Amino acid sequence: METLPGVALPAPARPRAGVARVVANVLYRRSTLYLLLLLTPPLLWFGGVYLGSLLSLLVQSFYTFDDFTMGVTPELTWANYKALLDAANHDIILRTLSMAGTVTVASAVLGFPVAYYMARYATGWRKGFFYIAVMLPMWASYIVKAYSWTVILSKGGIIYWLVERLYLLPALEWALTLPGVGGSSLSTSNLGRFLVFTYIWLPYMILPIQAAIERVPGNLMQAAADLGARPTQSFRTVLLPLAFPGVVAGSIFTFSLTLGDYIIPQLVGPSGLFIGNMVYTMQGSIGNIPMAASFTVVPIVIIGIYLTVARKLGAFDAL
Amino acid sequence: MRSEARYEDGPRAPWWLKVLAYGGLLFLHFPILMVGLYAFNTEESAFSFPLKGLTLRWFQAAAEREDVLGAIKLSLQVAVASTAVALVLGTLLAGALYRRRFFGKEAINLMVILPIALPGIITGIALLSAFRLAEVTPNFWTIAVGHATFCVVMVYNNVVARLRRMPHSLLEASADLGADGFQTFRHVVMPQMATALLAGGILAFALSFDELIVTTFTAGHEKTLPIWLLDQLGRPRDVPVTNVVALWVMLITAVPILVAWRLTRGTEDVAGSSK
Repeated sequence: METLPGVALPAPARPRAGVARVVANVLYRRSTLYLLLLLTPPLLWFGGVYLGSLLSLLVQSFYTFDDFTMGVTPELTWANYKALLDAANHDIILRTLSMAGTVTVASAVLGFPVAYYMARYATGWRKGFFYIAVMLPMWASYIVKAYSWTVILSKGGIIYWLVERLYLLPALEWALTLPGVGGSSLSTSNLGRFLVFTYIWLPYMILPIQAAIERVPGNLMQAAADLGARPTQSFRTVLLPLAFPGVVAGSIFTFSLTLGDYIIPQLVGPSGLFIGNMVYTMQGSIGNIPMAASFTVVPIVIIGIYLTVARKLGAFDAL
Repeated sequence: MRSEARYEDGPRAPWWLKVLAYGGLLFLHFPILMVGLYAFNTEESAFSFPLKGLTLRWFQAAAEREDVLGAIKLSLQVAVASTAVALVLGTLLAGALYRRRFFGKEAINLMVILPIALPGIITGIALLSAFRLAEVTPNFWTIAVGHATFCVVMVYNNVVARLRRMPHSLLEASADLGADGFQTFRHVVMPQMATALLAGGILAFALSFDELIVTTFTAGHEKTLPIWLLDQLGRPRDVPVTNVVALWVMLITAVPILVAWRLTRGTEDVAGSSK
């Protein structure tokens, strides 16, 4: 128990008369008034700035964009949503979704052993070391990390050097010819883009899994062992189901963050657009806010569904 | 205590798990090491490995660049402003939500998390379209307003966790001893909450300092440090300065994160406490 300054050295509460005491007493007695006073500033901020903006965006997704005048008129239409189903736009949505899915699976596979070791085996200073070692890359600047990967993946960079040293260059070149994976070089391939995404969102997967495993009581595993389960059995039937909500919680981050990203697809990988790039281009050079708005509804809906499923799987208790 | 947490047969992790765990850490740190290395690179416009030579020259060059210093200054100012707003709003929310149950509580909780749960591009374009409707030209304050909105959750999470762990009997004892609400807040709650507030503030600061995606929408012509870096990626001639600034950014954010970690360490011990 840490020291409680207020208790260890009780400041003599001077009985004071005056406005402050009267106000304090009124607030104590009328706790609903007190609650309202606390909530008003944040609710005004979030309601006005954030929800207001989201709503206005939603409304604008029904506005009409005139291709000839390049102007937006407030005539309501479904045209923007119908346009989402065009083959080109459809492709963009599928491309983004499949990347988000792959990155999520890869992060879970890579992150689970780290989280498991952190939660179950690292003790003492090692625990702190692992925690910091995962936290620092997570908080390190996003753009610097992305930039670093453009350096790493570049021709003549360290990966190419390493691959060449290991005499694996033909293997890499073969891998780059595969459809869906390849590109002319590592930094213009889907493989490269996938690596960068996985790298950047991996810590967001590790920490929730670690927290979930940490919460599994040790005696539960002992009980499983006492009842005759082999370590692999107790891992599969006891630990894994209890750690799964942590994986789902982590996947919310990896999935949602990949889904909305538009910087990494610009920097690394082939030329195909992501949802984010489409939104950015539509609102920027073209000025077609209605189309951009309807594009943002896609990730909102997908993440809404995802969150509902995640909630059912108990992921929110693992956050 | 410690032996109780151990339930595996062997006292040590299997070797393959160790390899995977440390391999994961290596993967996480490898690009960061590369940033540190390339800042000293002598080569001016390529990334060839192994490096041709090491130099400190570019640190001098970067320190003399007006645009770099301007971007750092703007990012610091935005971070200060948005952290200040986040501290006030986050604390108010934590105070309102930590104990009482009321209608709409879940909705408010969700609303606070939403700005970081939804992809930044949605927050970004929503704010931009709202600013356009309100005919506000993007400036310092539009950036700060956007940042503050998603920074609130950092303060809120830290403070609410601390308040929930604070025994309510402390407040009752304080009232019994004759303190009014303000005195209790000043002498009992504040000392308990201070480090959580500081940690939340630091995380909010770091989040704002590094934010790129929302900022690209709300910044207009202003250049925060991450936007400056993004622009630099299209300037291959300027690579050495970019490398140095990248290293600086890493160092500037690492320090507050370590401080925040130390401040909340030991209060988050959840081992074995299944919910």
